[in-house]
Amino acid sequence: MAYVTPESEALPLDAPAEPGALEAEHSSRDVRQRWFLSLPSILIIFFFAAGPLSVMLLYSFLTPGNYSGVKWEFSTDAWSSILMQRDIFDDTLQWADAHLSIFWRSLSLSMITTALTLIFGLPTAWFISTRPPGRRELWLFLMTVPSWTNLLVRTIAVQEMIRAEGVINNVLVFVGIVDEPVQMMFTNFAIGLGMTYVYLPLMVLPIYAAVEKLDKRLLEACYDLYASRWQAFYRVILPLVKPGIIAGSILVFVPCLGAYVVPRVLGGGKNLMFGNLIELQFGAGRNWPLGASLSFTLMVIVMVALIFYIRVTSQERKDG
Amino acid sequence: MAERAPFSVQTIPGFAAIAIFTFVAIYTPLVILVAFSFNAGDSLAIWEGFSLKWYYRAAANEQVQSAAIRSLYLAGISASVATVAATMAALATTRTRHFPGKTMIYALINQPLMIPEIVTAVALLIVFAWVKVATGHTSMIYLIAAHTAFCIPFAYLPIRARLETMDDTLEKAAADLYAGRWQVFRRITLPMMMPGIIAGLMLAFVISMDDVVITEFVKSAGQDTLPTYMLGQLRRVVTPEINAISTVVVFAGAFLVTIFFWVSSNRR
Repeated sequence: MAYVTPESEALPLDAPAEPGALEAEHSSRDVRQRWFLSLPSILIIFFFAAGPLSVMLLYSFLTPGNYSGVKWEFSTDAWSSILMQRDIFDDTLQWADAHLSIFWRSLSLSMITTALTLIFGLPTAWFISTRPPGRRELWLFLMTVPSWTNLLVRTIAVQEMIRAEGVINNVLVFVGIVDEPVQMMFTNFAIGLGMTYVYLPLMVLPIYAAVEKLDKRLLEACYDLYASRWQAFYRVILPLVKPGIIAGSILVFVPCLGAYVVPRVLGGGKNLMFGNLIELQFGAGRNWPLGASLSFTLMVIVMVALIFYIRVTSQERKDG
Repeated sequence: MAERAPFSVQTIPGFAAIAIFTFVAIYTPLVILVAFSFNAGDSLAIWEGFSLKWYYRAAANEQVQSAAIRSLYLAGISASVATVAATMAALATTRTRHFPGKTMIYALINQPLMIPEIVTAVALLIVFAWVKVATGHTSMIYLIAAHTAFCIPFAYLPIRARLETMDDTLEKAAADLYAGRWQVFRRITLPMMMPGIIAGLMLAFVISMDDVVITEFVKSAGQDTLPTYMLGQLRRVVTPEINAISTVVVFAGAFLVTIFFWVSSNRR
């Protein structure tokens, strides 16, 4: 799951012991009890989330079956065909252009989405944190409510806005800006817009946390020393909010890379992203090993990004 | 922030305008989606008068009925099991010094949050396809298992957060008064944890109800939940019926999340 709730950021990976820890005795019996209590969660997640990943890795080294599934023959084709494909005529290896264009779409749309959520998210976070103390929670609540409504429903809401016979086109035609509806659905634009819409709160919340911590007296000092608004923003605000921006960027970038629902609904059959390419291998593509190797690749990329995220946020905790 | 600075210092030109635009942009599509669920006509963009007919139609649609019941059943069982498991794990991993394996337990519990859903979905598809062929068994148990697994971290986080803010004075007092360990747990610890447990249950329930990707990959034929049913319908001509279903889903979810916020903000 690419969700990371606000709570999870506040939790260090390894919480320091609290001074009032209930029992100080650390007999092996206590440790055994603690393991025993954790056992149901451990087993459920091991069997139904973490463990299957190793089976997936195994499958990526097998040969695709004739109809679906796999044949138990070792092969590294699934890994090489992520980037290369064998020419059917002269058997030479060539770049897999179809895959590369999908990777490029995933990467570029994720970056554009991250940039857009930053452009809208930073001012929004700033705005929320400068409300009077009693109102802040309400604004924050208003920001988070949509992010808790069903992702699919939010995607459908975007779809209904940008359809050829949707609200935006109706208004554009009515006002006379365009003569006939603009094709927005099933384009890269639609995917980028949809992802910006659904993942925006993931950018706002960490930036808000950083802005909240920013000592506003620094701004006073800054203006007392004749800084211009731009200088205050660029030299004081931006550096202090930077950890929040980095955290938010990773929180948005990661689910964008693995997005499946938004590109499926708004991008249609032609504008695939990484997640849809993976799904294709289990449907029409009938290449489970390739699906497994692609999926594993995505996982590794995301893990690297998240490790970076954890390092940034724990650094921030140390500094703060 | 010790003092409130004068307002002008905190103003950055244009930021308020962008923020207001953002809030309007966030709510407009949802408001329109809800509004057109009450449309008398077939259009999703041209208002033809108020009517509840799409709600009646959705309620009378047998596929919607069975998908809704299946979603509730799945979320009910998965969230409950996940909450019990998460409560136990939270008790085990909080209010203690470091013990061997604590980091590992914590990492494993949070694992479903770290991995893109599509990856977990594919891994489960592979494993369950194999189990389904081997056993010939295709009940809801696969969906329940998958949902329980990814609900655990969502149930765990608020319970853990609650436990960490609880001080142990009352528990110590009870123990001093010769309460047994079970009595202390049953009479003191559990009631004090309750807001966290309820919040965790709500969150897990909402997360399970909303899941599309893992459900889409794990479900057998005829096991559509509400979100996968809606996803399937999008390939056809879309009528305001989908808006009516969405509206119910949005308000049910918003209701649960409001309870979640209310319970977790009342904890201090």
